[in-house]
Amino acid sequence: MSDCSSCHGCAPAAVLPFPGAALKTVAVIGPPNSGKTTLFNRLTGLRQKVANFPGVTVEQHTGVADLPDGRSIRLIDLPGVYSLQPRSEDEQVAHDVLTGQRTDTPKPEGVLLVLDSTNLARHLMLAAPILALGLPTLVILNMADDLRSRGGKLNLSALSAELGAPVALVSARQGEGIGQIQDFLAGVMPKPAPKELPVLQDVPKCRAWAGHVSGQAAYRAPIPPKWTRRLDSIFLHPIAGPAVFAVVVIAVFQTIFALGDPSKDAVDRLVQLCGNWVGHVLHNPALRSLLVDGVITGVGSVIAFLPQILCLFLFIGILEDSGYLARAALIADRTMARVGLQGKSFIPLLSAYACAVPAIMSTRTIENKRDRTATILIAPFMTCSARLPVYSLIIAAFIPNRPIVGFFLSTRTVAMIGLYLLGFVMAVATAKALKSSVLKSGRTPFLLEMPSYRWPTVQSLGLRLLDRSKVFLQRAGTVILLVTVLLWVAANVPTHNGQPPQIAESLAGTVGRTIEPIIKPLGFDWKVGIGLITSLAARETIVATLGTIYGMDPEKQKIGLEAALRQDLTPGGAVALLVFFAFAMQCISTIAVVRRETGGWKWPAFQFAYMSAVAYAGAFIAAQLIR
Amino acid sequence: MRSLDKHFGYAHTEFEMQLSGNSGVLEALPPALEPRPARSASLVDLRRGDAAILERIDLPGEDARRLMELGFLPGARVTAGLTAPGGDPCVFQVDGSEIALRRETASRLKVRVDGSRKKQ
Repeated sequence: MSDCSSCHGCAPAAVLPFPGAALKTVAVIGPPNSGKTTLFNRLTGLRQKVANFPGVTVEQHTGVADLPDGRSIRLIDLPGVYSLQPRSEDEQVAHDVLTGQRTDTPKPEGVLLVLDSTNLARHLMLAAPILALGLPTLVILNMADDLRSRGGKLNLSALSAELGAPVALVSARQGEGIGQIQDFLAGVMPKPAPKELPVLQDVPKCRAWAGHVSGQAAYRAPIPPKWTRRLDSIFLHPIAGPAVFAVVVIAVFQTIFALGDPSKDAVDRLVQLCGNWVGHVLHNPALRSLLVDGVITGVGSVIAFLPQILCLFLFIGILEDSGYLARAALIADRTMARVGLQGKSFIPLLSAYACAVPAIMSTRTIENKRDRTATILIAPFMTCSARLPVYSLIIAAFIPNRPIVGFFLSTRTVAMIGLYLLGFVMAVATAKALKSSVLKSGRTPFLLEMPSYRWPTVQSLGLRLLDRSKVFLQRAGTVILLVTVLLWVAANVPTHNGQPPQIAESLAGTVGRTIEPIIKPLGFDWKVGIGLITSLAARETIVATLGTIYGMDPEKQKIGLEAALRQDLTPGGAVALLVFFAFAMQCISTIAVVRRETGGWKWPAFQFAYMSAVAYAGAFIAAQLIR
Repeated sequence: MRSLDKHFGYAHTEFEMQLSGNSGVLEALPPALEPRPARSASLVDLRRGDAAILERIDLPGEDARRLMELGFLPGARVTAGLTAPGGDPCVFQVDGSEIALRRETASRLKVRVDGSRKKQ
């Protein structure tokens, strides 16, 4: 903080060197739960992108805010922090960006400091270190609508004079006061006389200063949120609370099952139409085969998941934005504590049922590094939606659909639930083993702030879904496309007199037969072997692979994929395949994201080896038990 | 006014607590209360709706700092709120926010009961 105090003398000179000049790069900073992200979304809309700050695991959100006069400004959304003391990685990044110590990020020329106006006294604690930086700063008091409706008020000009910085009362959710922020960004907002601020190192002194400032601004704190109290008396009720929690979790699962199917069928049909059209237009047989059998079928089988994944992210987004997720974490904490984890791990683990990649990214909310690593390591055991097509195919092929309890429960549903449980049990066992050995935590306290309940906004949910579908489609468009093309090539060389070879004679067939001795004890033949190799890229690829392999065999093509599988796999082999997919870490994206989030190859390598070993052992046992 | 439940199930609560009757959000500590490590109440002794003045945080510097940034400052008034099923963790109202703490953490936050009951 030494260079912050030295900035003091130059603070007056640093206030906009050219009056009227717009700022080029502006940082957005604020404590967690200040509505910083909502404001960032409001200002930048669709013009934003997410990356990682190089070298650290902190996410970097940048966006472009368009001003009414046509100019545009680059906004950097910094992580939510309570102070600028560089202790955690988040605080380090925020500190380094604001002081211009990061070479990858230009030093911001201004700061938007977002504070929750309904909790002003405490949030003002961050104002002291930020204003001491000497950058032109707009202090944004967010959630003005809440403040007003709950009877709080303050004198804005007094606060502005006390801080020596312009102040704007804003509701990012409702778009109120955005014009003032644009004025500040355009450099046309009047500024109060700069004020010398005390340099405050310890928290109690900082809080006393914040209390003094809010007192000078005649701040009247709003009454406690009535609806939050009422809802909490239901959601945290000893009986109703867990019941609501169970309903929410079941609803999330129901989303995966029920909403996914019809939308998947629709996308499937679209893919088929596309394939037919290309088949008519293209006459070169090799090129047609590559496009239809390789690219469209392969990528289509992955895109078919998009509606399902989006449904799930919509659900999680609503839970998070409404504030319920913090209550869910509270309810789950005791159970999670039994396996050595904590309530905050619950959110990522629930998300992992959609996809491990965003789940692992969302472990950022866990401050305790060991808890975070343990959560990352067990997340891929949760049944992600990429396993569903594999499960669906094999269950449909091998398990007859018979009702068990009337309409609700059938044999296939039970099989599916059993597979979900299998992954969950292995995750719990792994967590327990890790947390009692290599990742044993010290006694870092578990802290969870309970935000007030709020209606989620369509804009923020929409942006979240857009962001997720971008990530997902990028994956389908790159990794999986590459794998399907490679597979197609491997299945079509070497050619015999210009004709593609029999699949067993092809390069893919050779590779499959080479690994056959290793997978034979699991009841798999070389065709499944090819599927296992291609599914290293992404689990669902095995469906497309088997489709491609059997699609090339005219005899098998006639009977369809399910019947073809029944000819090649014994029931024991089918169960072994299910178990293998429940445990194995076949997902390049997950490996990449674990490397990114843990900052090295150590953990992803360990995780891959461990999960592969468990998968092989589990499949072996299943194949030996069921013959 | 209500007294603390001294049979709360925690060994370190086995003593009579003097109700001070003081209130106010940020108070200076009476020096007489300072060194009584083994004989003071903590946040886990508060029942729902009970308020108390935080005296000190018996945690390492970094952990104490995190708590202080969330409002758990010596002299702050803390009110016990709802709990998760099973009573752990518990939500505390402090400095305008609601923060959930596990029992093991709450037991390190030593308090002086101020007696006045905050309306729920």
